Amino acid sequence: MSGPHDPPQGQPAAQPEASTEAVNRRAEVLPPNTTQASLLAAAAGVPKIRMRGVKKAFAGKVVLDGVDLEVPAQSSMVILGGSGSGKSVTIKSILGLVEPDEGVIEIDGVDVLRLPRRDREALGDRIGMLFQNGALFDSLPVWENVCFKLLAQKRIGRAQARDRAAEVLAQVGLAASVGDLSPSELSGGMQKRVALARAIAARPDIIFFDEPTTGLDPIMGAVIDGLIVDCVKKLGATAVSITHDMASARRIGDQAAMIYKGRIVWEGAAATLGHSGNAMVDQFANGEREGPIQMELRR
Amino acid sequence: MDLVLNPLAAVGRGVLGACRTVGNAALFALEAVSHLFRPPFYGRLFLKAFLEIAYFSLPVVALTAVFTGMVLVLQSYTGFARFNATGAVANLVVLSITRELGPVLAGLMVAGRISASFAAEIGTMRVTDQIDALTTLSTNPMKYLVAPRLLAGALAMPLLVLVADVLGVMGGWLIATLKLGFVSSTYLKATFDFLQFDDVVSGLVKASVFGFIVALMGTWCGYNSKGGAQGVGGATTTAVVTSSILILALDYVLTEMFFAQ
Repeated sequence: MSGPHDPPQGQPAAQPEASTEAVNRRAEVLPPNTTQASLLAAAAGVPKIRMRGVKKAFAGKVVLDGVDLEVPAQSSMVILGGSGSGKSVTIKSILGLVEPDEGVIEIDGVDVLRLPRRDREALGDRIGMLFQNGALFDSLPVWENVCFKLLAQKRIGRAQARDRAAEVLAQVGLAASVGDLSPSELSGGMQKRVALARAIAARPDIIFFDEPTTGLDPIMGAVIDGLIVDCVKKLGATAVSITHDMASARRIGDQAAMIYKGRIVWEGAAATLGHSGNAMVDQFANGEREGPIQMELRR
Repeated sequence: MDLVLNPLAAVGRGVLGACRTVGNAALFALEAVSHLFRPPFYGRLFLKAFLEIAYFSLPVVALTAVFTGMVLVLQSYTGFARFNATGAVANLVVLSITRELGPVLAGLMVAGRISASFAAEIGTMRVTDQIDALTTLSTNPMKYLVAPRLLAGALAMPLLVLVADVLGVMGGWLIATLKLGFVSSTYLKATFDFLQFDDVVSGLVKASVFGFIVALMGTWCGYNSKGGAQGVGGATTTAVVTSSILILALDYVLTEMFFAQ
């Protein structure tokens, strides 16, 4: 139910007035998919993503227990947490892959959970996602994977898509000839690069990374992290990553948040991970057995 | 008291579970069909699924039809010879093939091939996050994965069954003339004189329904598969078993509708 002070559906929440000059200034650096609403929101200092009291349970098991999180525009947020702590469900809730039981999720000040289905689908045009295992479509060649969104929305033709794929593959350090291969012919590191290329091909203004370095050797992990940082900066996008890899978290993130038992228990600079002063975060970041976090073992 | 109530409760849970499953499958089918009328349309995916069903299933369906026609002639000849009614063999063969055996056997063969293939492909996409990836790429998975396959199933099966009808009758004719001594022209005349338009059409309508069911069960089981390889394997088995049973059950319902006096 809407309250008396709620904004109209699909409109940004009340925010400080933004000057045209400020909006134009930001328009020069924000990605092409950025809408007028997001320009206004960014100029007014509204967080790109805001979660308030988000709760979700599966078959009675509480996974998110009131998540509150803010991600400023054009920043890179890393969400840390143990297995089963609710990291994946958090980003799946923002992406619309999971419907929260309670709470508010705003993008550019717009409550996305109250948007009509069509508008919510349209919001997806501005979002990119790199899945943990790549989730590349093995029935399609690499170039079609990379330009899938552009082709599906008929934003470009197939001939143009090949050129665009070659361009994006070059951005992630792959030759254009890779475009003709099938995903199953690629190594794990190359699959991650292709998945990254697919995530950025439509020039999104929000990108999610789910365990981007899992399963890669440390050098390839650092290479992927470097590419992520470069791509996000080049696009001027807002990034949200979830990871267990502390080295990766420090490389990718400006800000970090720790989720434990479905709640955000700490937020701070990613650079302070391991010496944050928060016992939970430091235990997790340093991989210590003793500390406030106790592993739950099923007997 | 519990001894009485516990079994009743178990039956009740089973019935509720079955109702829920049927309801979910019906809603799934309705949503997929609704996407057939709303753009964007994925013609390339429809053609791919159509080719997979109509062309690549042709060898197995053709062989089934030919051998069924051959066996049917032998069996009916043996039976009818007891009543001096061997002249009705051609009539029996053509009616059995066009009304029943063509659509049902082709449906069961395609269920084994296509239901399993759809369930395994979509199930693997589900457990490897490819379906979630479609959503994040602004593509509705129902529209992209399910709707084209359902349409292809409903349109390809009648073509397949038409071929099966012809081959089944020809298989029967081959044995009747080469082995049982029927005169070729007399056999064919008896076949075509007795055959009515409605016999063929009823078989083709059945084929279309069976094709839809095969595609629906394959996509539905795959779409809802959980876990890893075991989940996909389970979905594949369920798809084949369910679509086969539904084909046999719906065959009765459709026959009752078309031919009950």
